[in-house]
Amino acid sequence: MSALVEVHDLVKVFDVSAPWLNRVVERRPREFVHAVDGVSFSIERGRTLALVGESGCGKSTVARLLVGLYAPTRGTVRFEGQDAQSKLTSSDSHQLRRRVQMIFQDPYASLNPRWKVLDIVGEPLREHGLVKGHAALRQRVAELLHSVGLSEADVGKFPHQFSGGQRQRISIARALATQPEFLVCDEPTSALDVSVQAQVLNLMKDLQRQHGLTYLFISHNLAVVRHVSDEVGVMYLGRLVELAGRHQLFAAPRHPYTRMLLDAIPDVSMSGRARTPVQGEVPNPLAPPTGCAFHPRCPNANERCGRERPALKALHGVRVACHAVEEGRL
Amino acid sequence: MRDPTTHAPLLEVRHLRVEFPTRRGTLLALDDVSFDIAPGEVLGVVGESGAGKSLTGAAIIGLLEPPGRIAGGEILLQGQRIDNLPYAQLRRIRGRQIGAIFQDPLTSLNPLYTVGRQLVETIRTHLPMNEADARLRAIRLLQETGIPAAEARIDHYPHQFSGGMRQRVVIALALAAEPRLIVADEPTTALDVSIQSQIIALLKRVCREHQAAVMLVTHDMGVIAETCDRVAVMYAGRIVEIGPVQQVIHAPSHPYTAGLMGSIPSMDEDRERLLQIEGAMPRLDRIPPGCPFHPRCPRAFDRCSRERPDLLDAGATRAACWLHALGAEAPA
Repeated sequence: MSALVEVHDLVKVFDVSAPWLNRVVERRPREFVHAVDGVSFSIERGRTLALVGESGCGKSTVARLLVGLYAPTRGTVRFEGQDAQSKLTSSDSHQLRRRVQMIFQDPYASLNPRWKVLDIVGEPLREHGLVKGHAALRQRVAELLHSVGLSEADVGKFPHQFSGGQRQRISIARALATQPEFLVCDEPTSALDVSVQAQVLNLMKDLQRQHGLTYLFISHNLAVVRHVSDEVGVMYLGRLVELAGRHQLFAAPRHPYTRMLLDAIPDVSMSGRARTPVQGEVPNPLAPPTGCAFHPRCPNANERCGRERPALKALHGVRVACHAVEEGRL
Repeated sequence: MRDPTTHAPLLEVRHLRVEFPTRRGTLLALDDVSFDIAPGEVLGVVGESGAGKSLTGAAIIGLLEPPGRIAGGEILLQGQRIDNLPYAQLRRIRGRQIGAIFQDPLTSLNPLYTVGRQLVETIRTHLPMNEADARLRAIRLLQETGIPAAEARIDHYPHQFSGGMRQRVVIALALAAEPRLIVADEPTTALDVSIQSQIIALLKRVCREHQAAVMLVTHDMGVIAETCDRVAVMYAGRIVEIGPVQQVIHAPSHPYTAGLMGSIPSMDEDRERLLQIEGAMPRLDRIPPGCPFHPRCPRAFDRCSRERPDLLDAGATRAACWLHALGAEAPA
């Protein structure tokens, strides 16, 4: 198996400085947020990589970088071994855009309320010239709707006539319209109720099996991630702190932050695990701590952690960025 | 876990009915909702969007948005009816005896006043205290809810606090007048998981220490499992199952509860597919006759579409389902 998507040392810096006049008058410096700071991973064809982390850790930025909604400050995204960035900006960017699609979090905001389902799902087909003629378009849209559990009769309806779960199915149908190979899903179920979430997750798994899709799945919900993913990357303040197979990550988390996250989830099974109370909050991304970004909250931090930033290294069969794990202190 | 029968209930809700008159007829948003909460007990109210869980909380606090109105039933706090009180009287009870915590901590606080001023105002409205004592009490409350350097933080504005810290301030505000009942509506939904667990632990601790009854409204079964003594599951404006949290979660009696539990991805076991309940919850103007869940229910039989079940004894819990009717010829 070859990697379909390879991301190497991806960096995205946002300039969040005050306006020029304020900077001059109030003598404020320019400010930058390193939303994504040196992230590398690869996803094999037909597999699912999930990125988890708390708000502001940069997981959605990674998603947007991968589909070309943002241009990376540094680093490369390779799709089937070819540089995606140059492809996306070149004249034949259609080719790549057809093969990479995205599903957004909020099905209320991501569908145009003035468009009928036929137009919403049909737009990528028309845009990429994949079907000719109205009858064929309608036929193809009906097929797509059918594949996500909606009916042909829905083509003439507007988004407001659907429930949240149905809208998310429309989003999925639209994403599938161009027969993509790679789907980037940014929190596709977090706006949905649990029973509807189950329907959408089951649908996504079925579609993956049928079409051999590759997913990048962004979520803050660890139980959902455990259900859908093959590999999991844990992000903290713009960096990957641990990247491991699903079973390893959930059975034997290595990084102290991963352990803390797993400890913190309220659990339906009430297995009575001993909890280490979580300390502190995510620091301000404008002024991240020196060294390891997690060290102020880490129970295993020492002087080296505050000084030197750990790199993501292969240890114990997983990849983890932690001095304590590397030195065998943890 | 506390046995609710050993205490007189602090809050009793009896056959509560809430209606929304609209141009196209009256919508029944809550129908025959009954439960009670004992002092020191945490009752979870869980359900999907539109099930009526937040509305139940709003009706108890007396904050139903017009045109919504209580159309029947009664709400008793320490034996006294509070659903039919005049506004001024209800307002006194609401601040003094009922504390409210809402989902979004930023909109629950006034951005123009320091948190100290908001706390002191609340304390002095309800307790006979002078400014200096009220300020000391406010600092103590902030310390109790785990805000570091409370003496300095009391003079900060809400925007100077992070999301988790703001929710702590809101909890301090809810506790300001030593309420007997706390209604918490999705108190952790807007927070990250690591902060969420801190807030849950805090809620549990203050409830125990103050012997307050807590009604915790949430859609998160994990939060319910970790926090509550008993849980009420709501569907289409009705309670479909109520009972001790262990039983409701691990041995649910109502097919809806069972479906809801099966649809949650588990942290402990591997399943290729999640259990899924087909369809969606009906809209308020299209609630089917009989049991409102029967069109989606895998175990429905003909009685379900004709007659509406009340809460029936179902082992350790009570469930509104004909499968638990005595002598029912329930098909397997």
